[in-house]
Amino acid sequence: MKFTKDHEWVNVTPESGGNEAFVGITAYAAEALGDVVFVEVPEVGKVLKKGDSFAVVESVKAASDVYAPVSGEVIEANDLLSSAPETINAVPEAGGWIAKIKLADASELDGLMDRAAYEAYLATL
Amino acid sequence: MRYLPLSANDRAAMLEKIGVDSIDALFVDVPEPARRSGTVDLPKFAGELEVEAQLNAFAAQNVSPAKVPFFVGAGAYRHHIPATVDHIIQRSEFLTSYTPYQPEIAQGTLQVLFEFQSQVARLTGMPVANASLYDGSTAAAEGVLMATRVTKRNKAVLSGGLHPHYRETVETLAHAVGIETEACAVAVDNEADVLQHIDANTACVVVQTPNVFGTATDVTKIAEAAQAAGALLIVVVTEAMSLGLLKSPGEMGADVVAVEGQSIGVPLSYGGPYVGLFAAKEKYLRQLPGRLCGETVDADGERGFVLTLSTREQHIRRDKATSNICTNSGLCALAFSIHMSLLGETGLKRVAKINYAKAHALKDQLVTAGFDIVTPRFFNEFTVKLAKPAIAVVEALAAKNVLGGVPFARLQNEPGFENHLIVAVTETVSDADIATLVATLKEVAQ
Amino acid sequence: MSMNNVGRPSAPEITVETTSFKTLLGGKGLLQSEKLIFEKDDYGRTGVDFADVAIDASDLDGLLRNDLSLPGLTEPEAMRHYVRLSQKNHAIDLALYPLGSCTMKHNPRLNEKMARVAGLGDIHPLQPVSTVQGALALMDTLAHWLKTLTGMPAVALTPKAGAHGELCGLLAIKAAHEAKGEGHRRTVLVPTSAHGTNPATAAFVGYTVREVAQTADGRVDVADLASKLGPDVAAIMVTNPNTCGLFERDIVEIARVTHEAGAYFYCDGANFNAIVGRVRPGDLGVDAMHINLHKTFSTPHGGGGPGAGPVVLSEALAAFAPKPWVVSNGSGFDLVEHDEGVSAQNFGRMCAFHGQMGMFIRALTYMLSHGSDGLKQVAEDAVLNANYIKASLQDLMSVPFPEGPCMHEALFDDAWLEGTGVTTLDFAKAMIDEGFHPMTMYFPLVVHGAMLIEPTETESKDELDGFIAVLRALAEAAKAGDVSRFKGAPYLAPAKRLDETRAARAPRLSYT
Repeated sequence: MKFTKDHEWVNVTPESGGNEAFVGITAYAAEALGDVVFVEVPEVGKVLKKGDSFAVVESVKAASDVYAPVSGEVIEANDLLSSAPETINAVPEAGGWIAKIKLADASELDGLMDRAAYEAYLATL
Repeated sequence: MRYLPLSANDRAAMLEKIGVDSIDALFVDVPEPARRSGTVDLPKFAGELEVEAQLNAFAAQNVSPAKVPFFVGAGAYRHHIPATVDHIIQRSEFLTSYTPYQPEIAQGTLQVLFEFQSQVARLTGMPVANASLYDGSTAAAEGVLMATRVTKRNKAVLSGGLHPHYRETVETLAHAVGIETEACAVAVDNEADVLQHIDANTACVVVQTPNVFGTATDVTKIAEAAQAAGALLIVVVTEAMSLGLLKSPGEMGADVVAVEGQSIGVPLSYGGPYVGLFAAKEKYLRQLPGRLCGETVDADGERGFVLTLSTREQHIRRDKATSNICTNSGLCALAFSIHMSLLGETGLKRVAKINYAKAHALKDQLVTAGFDIVTPRFFNEFTVKLAKPAIAVVEALAAKNVLGGVPFARLQNEPGFENHLIVAVTETVSDADIATLVATLKEVAQ
Repeated sequence: MSMNNVGRPSAPEITVETTSFKTLLGGKGLLQSEKLIFEKDDYGRTGVDFADVAIDASDLDGLLRNDLSLPGLTEPEAMRHYVRLSQKNHAIDLALYPLGSCTMKHNPRLNEKMARVAGLGDIHPLQPVSTVQGALALMDTLAHWLKTLTGMPAVALTPKAGAHGELCGLLAIKAAHEAKGEGHRRTVLVPTSAHGTNPATAAFVGYTVREVAQTADGRVDVADLASKLGPDVAAIMVTNPNTCGLFERDIVEIARVTHEAGAYFYCDGANFNAIVGRVRPGDLGVDAMHINLHKTFSTPHGGGGPGAGPVVLSEALAAFAPKPWVVSNGSGFDLVEHDEGVSAQNFGRMCAFHGQMGMFIRALTYMLSHGSDGLKQVAEDAVLNANYIKASLQDLMSVPFPEGPCMHEALFDDAWLEGTGVTTLDFAKAMIDEGFHPMTMYFPLVVHGAMLIEPTETESKDELDGFIAVLRALAEAAKAGDVSRFKGAPYLAPAKRLDETRAARAPRLSYT
């Protein structure tokens, strides 16, 4: 699992041969937002450039844009989040994934932080 | 000064506590060129007695509708408002409270808003309604904006029966935002014309029923055709009382309904403040403009209400908000809700039927007198095509102390419609008023 | 992701039991619980007496409704229902209502009386102009007062609230740029401390919003502003006095650099109460400013409106004002409602009819009552009251911008609460138990845990002293570790803290 400074994670699925990845927001972000009440997930087929806003996570008092950690095409959206947005609070880095992306350029992953680096980054905030 | 409690002694003691020697010291940040020593050039303080006399002098130069036979409508209507309504809205707890951002001490306002939303939903036949917008015209404009968000298309088609002020309000806002509009030719009875103008970029069609000429239209087929073409149907209603008799926009398949709610509970007040009712299909919930009140529970598990889904709004989303609206029309929504509760379905239907009966009685007498009524189906308002320009006729009627209606030309300069006079008849009109109008109109217009 | 977290819990946390006394059926004394009108068994009742006339509606064949289901109340039932509900509300008439940026001042009842006079409250917007000469004269008089108080040459009366006024001002600016062939200007600069309606309005009309930094003393950073001004900038939107309750000392310079760059200066007049009758925005270089009649000129807030937001305009923008407007014709007044002659440049129409006449009547009544001397006193007392609160609390509560006086509102932050376990939200909710409405919280966004207190000029020294005593006692309790007093607050309100999370996750917006 790789992380961005904007608190998104990306996790490449082994069975895809490194071509597909789940993306979501980190436990740190989920905790900071408070109770999530609504998630606007992207449409399947949407083509994302790294850094594009592709989803919105809403708590009662805040709406936050989620930026694509890598470029690619959305091949699946987590529809569970529309009926159970609290999943993001419960398991942000697993069942609370937002979208599955077909990577456009796997080398973009190299620019992201690993868990240790992300945790070190969090310690500086 | 009766509204300013501080005495000279208070002010001196407070300046001392602050640690400055004069009030001027608190205005030191004002740049030199803008500092003024004296007062601006306006009259000085006046007592209640004097002010009341000045305001009464303005009132005396106006003709009160209560004093003359009165048939003016075209988007605002004179209805009877029960005394209870004005008494309740003047209670301090409703009149002098703020937007209910602190729900623990605003449950009164919040429960009213929840009941208001429920009443509006039922009246319009739609699943969800918001807690009000400024008025019907701005509600129509917000509806168009919402349709472009929902469909990701960029054109609105406006019917030829849409109130010209509404059309202009929609056009102004739409063009400012970059939305294209196409207005159909002005027509007394052709709401379906909007369908001829739908293309692949059309987000919505806007129709009005009863329209500005009074014509009531079954929009069911328009809804089906618009939706089949991927566009939303926005139904505008400027006479809320008509919903007591006519099929609801929801039943006819509307996607969005924008209503001027003034007829129920809100005085004419020369055009404002009024109250915009806004309702939509459930799937557009998160695209609605304005405030929403929702049910929840408090820490003791008791039912309570809060403003909710506020992430759509300007104070959180800022430049990504669905609308920039903040203050809405809360007290007028309260007045609407109280009047609606006093009417209930029984009272609403009865008043609506009286409106229908009186308007049709006037129509029958005008037909007998030889006038040309061009509105084919109507609730309480219809259009007479006179033999001469309606503006002059209305002035001639006014000179004889009859306020006989609204010339269409007052609303829009449109060739071919100079002689159209829009006449509204509500429960406040007496049989004698009707007889007077017919007689006077024969005198000045034939 | 954008971490737009305001950091406030949205579901209740802990509570403590305040009393062991229980009523037999769960009542709360005279504070009666009140069912929804929709929970009545019989919807057939009505509180109006109209005959059930028979009609022959054959022309409406197929158009008649049959699905109407609305509860009705007789008059006594209605009176009980709404009076009981009213008792669950706080109001200005009950106590100081210190909502910063909202100007919750006393609402004179003469204003209400005059708005209901026959010939004012009951006239129709489309009556022949000859029958409403008094109404047009009243609007003309109001316009004269607004123009004189602001030192501006023109005013558009129709906007229905502050945000609607902002829209009107920006549309006039847009039209003026287009008329000069400068429609390519697509950026609006807004300080980070701005009210949310400013960026919302600018974005609404298609402008790109760029934020301008703030200085350490809570004002617009003129150097940053100057660096962002350029040929793409259409306007700046600055609130003055600003949302931190401070007068923008460099306002004249701000206007100068803005005009030099070919942009217009939109001033958000939400805080006009601090300077009314004493400072004229026209003297500061403003091009457009809305005036919230429901703030400065005391028209009631009514639980969230209606308001009114007339916009004063400079010479450069006046020609683009929206229709309609009132003109004097020598012997009386006319209403310009169509795009003809001199009005051809208008940018369109903000709403049906002619604006919030009911609010115009109230505001003019208020203005005539105060006069030029009284309005100046309004500003002075408003500023005096705010500074008195600041001076009386700043030893206990931290002030982010302590240098110099504030204007009509006193801003505190939450630095002083650090380590107490009490948040701004908790502190504000505890004020309710002590009899006061909370202040504005978490706004402006540029100040951490902001608490913005605006007392207004209509508070007596006694009321201010009572309010100060409550805040001092609460501040001391917070510092002394009395956390449960705050966490479960309010204990003595008609409702406990509400579960906003639940309301938002599964929205229930109407009775079903």
